Amino acid sequence: MAQANTHQAKTQFGYRRHADQDRPGQSPAEHPVVIVGAGPVGLSLAIDLAQRGQRVVLLDDADRIGEGSRAICFSKRSLEYWDRLGVADRMVDKGVVWSVGRIFHGESQLYQFNLLPEDGHKRPAFINLQQYYAEAYLVDRIGDLPAIDLRWRNKVTALEQRNDSVALTIETPEGAYRLQAQYVVACDGARSSLRQMVGAEFAGQVFEDQFLIADVKMTAEFPTERWFWFDPPFHAGRSALLHRQPDDVWRIDLQLNRYADPVVEKKPENVRPRIARMLGHDKFEFEWISLYKFQCRRMDRFIHGRVIFAGDSAHQVSPFGARGANSGLEDAENLSWKLDRVLRGTSPASLLETYHVERSLAADENIRESTRSTDFMAPNSHQEARLRKAVLSLAKETEFGKRMVNGGRLSVPCSYDSPLSSRDADAWRGGPSPGCSMPDAPVATRAGEQAYLTDAFRKGGTDFTLLSFSNGAAIDTPDGVKDIRIGGEGGLADSRGLVAKRYDAEPGSAYLLRPDGYVAARFRHPTREAIAAALSRAQSLN
Amino acid sequence: MPLSTSSNFARPDDAFRAIVEAHRGLTEEQSADFDAALVLILANHIGDIDVLRDALGLARRRMIDGQQQQQQQQQQQQ
Repeated sequence: MAQANTHQAKTQFGYRRHADQDRPGQSPAEHPVVIVGAGPVGLSLAIDLAQRGQRVVLLDDADRIGEGSRAICFSKRSLEYWDRLGVADRMVDKGVVWSVGRIFHGESQLYQFNLLPEDGHKRPAFINLQQYYAEAYLVDRIGDLPAIDLRWRNKVTALEQRNDSVALTIETPEGAYRLQAQYVVACDGARSSLRQMVGAEFAGQVFEDQFLIADVKMTAEFPTERWFWFDPPFHAGRSALLHRQPDDVWRIDLQLNRYADPVVEKKPENVRPRIARMLGHDKFEFEWISLYKFQCRRMDRFIHGRVIFAGDSAHQVSPFGARGANSGLEDAENLSWKLDRVLRGTSPASLLETYHVERSLAADENIRESTRSTDFMAPNSHQEARLRKAVLSLAKETEFGKRMVNGGRLSVPCSYDSPLSSRDADAWRGGPSPGCSMPDAPVATRAGEQAYLTDAFRKGGTDFTLLSFSNGAAIDTPDGVKDIRIGGEGGLADSRGLVAKRYDAEPGSAYLLRPDGYVAARFRHPTREAIAAALSRAQSLN
Repeated sequence: MPLSTSSNFARPDDAFRAIVEAHRGLTEEQSADFDAALVLILANHIGDIDVLRDALGLARRRMIDGQQQQQQQQQQQQ
């Protein structure tokens, strides 16, 4: 039990009275930004804002990190973000690294895929890690950042929008108090109470079929891969998923029909035989069992006055595709630098609107992908089932059939059709176009040390950055823009030629990167004027 | 390239016959399964989402026209 106790110690937090609670109700403390909800999204956003120099109040209505079967798959993009927040090493060290998935139909394997078929990336395609570990490491990191004031058992019970601020009423074990914030970010999950307080709808689709999700502890010889079955012999007519987590815990999803009784199905004595059939033995213990009906839905607008929604509070998807927590982290990454600039007054409030534009596009894409996967697993009509049967049977002998089998399309960063992007003026055969996230690649420092492009971006301060490929001529970088130079005197060496390849770069080419690592513009022959114009656009200054 | 609706087979009767014969001896259920696979195979061969959408649109209009004709006939009979 020693281990269980350490685990407990990391996830239980005490309520502490704050001086803000002693202020009279008519003159509450004022803060630039209050984040509601200390899940992966709220915690990451708080760290990001603090690293940018903002003071943050982070409220959570609980006093502990939630357990249970929640997010487990964290994407390469999320790990690259967490790298910038100083927590990725711990996540990767604890997590289970994987990139291969296999799809089975009945007894036989239909195909396998590799989500990261090339090397030369600092971070793997995915790690699996229980959400409570991710949250615990983020909370630990917050301990290093005095600019974050994390208040447990602080529950927002009322919200009032004013012209220049939001007034919050907060319930604590010692009674209520009030706070005023220039901006409030609601990261309070799918059942967001702030969403109700602003009176916003949360419309979308509920899938009728139910899914049994169990985390079981066992020692097993299965490889560290994502295994998905259509119509397996141990669960006829339905689908199943097996995925490894740290600590010998395995995530199992079993599709049940829409009429299954949740109370009956959740009983361990009923779940056990199902899983024993799947595993071929019953030497396992349950960590968690739950029954879900999946939903795909989003808010119409992610910004309501001075209240901004991020993560599950703004959009919800089914879990096949690892698009829930990962898209929430992309929200945080997208919002943080924009909110920082608006709070500093270096960009107008209209920059925040692009958070809604870009991330609601991403939400639509995630909902579309997740809906397609869920519909493929649980066809809605006889004809849909018939078409799926045809795909599965064609997949045995044709490549196109394999590609149509949809057992979940795993999260990749969305590319933004964004008002912040400048259109290509030159011809490009490859590389990330404006609105896409920066691909990683190996580099070598002047001292000959191996490093990665994402490291150079992070070390530069995660700000607007000009990535340029030397042709000998000096590049005139605008003030305040960081530099990453590839080649030339003092630049990083493209040790394996992969930077030039992944960026379709020639000597003289340059990319303007945003503070979230997305491409704002790119140039074959950059001029000071062209870079300055793209920079203004990317900051909503024109 | 738009959906081609001109006659592409040198001997259209052979093509129609080949499809008809493929269904001979099948139950309704088997025929429907067969058609589902055939549609997917042909769609992949075309490999052009715009042409596929045009084809789906044409098939859909035929179905609606067919239903309207049926309704008109029923109304005339009444």
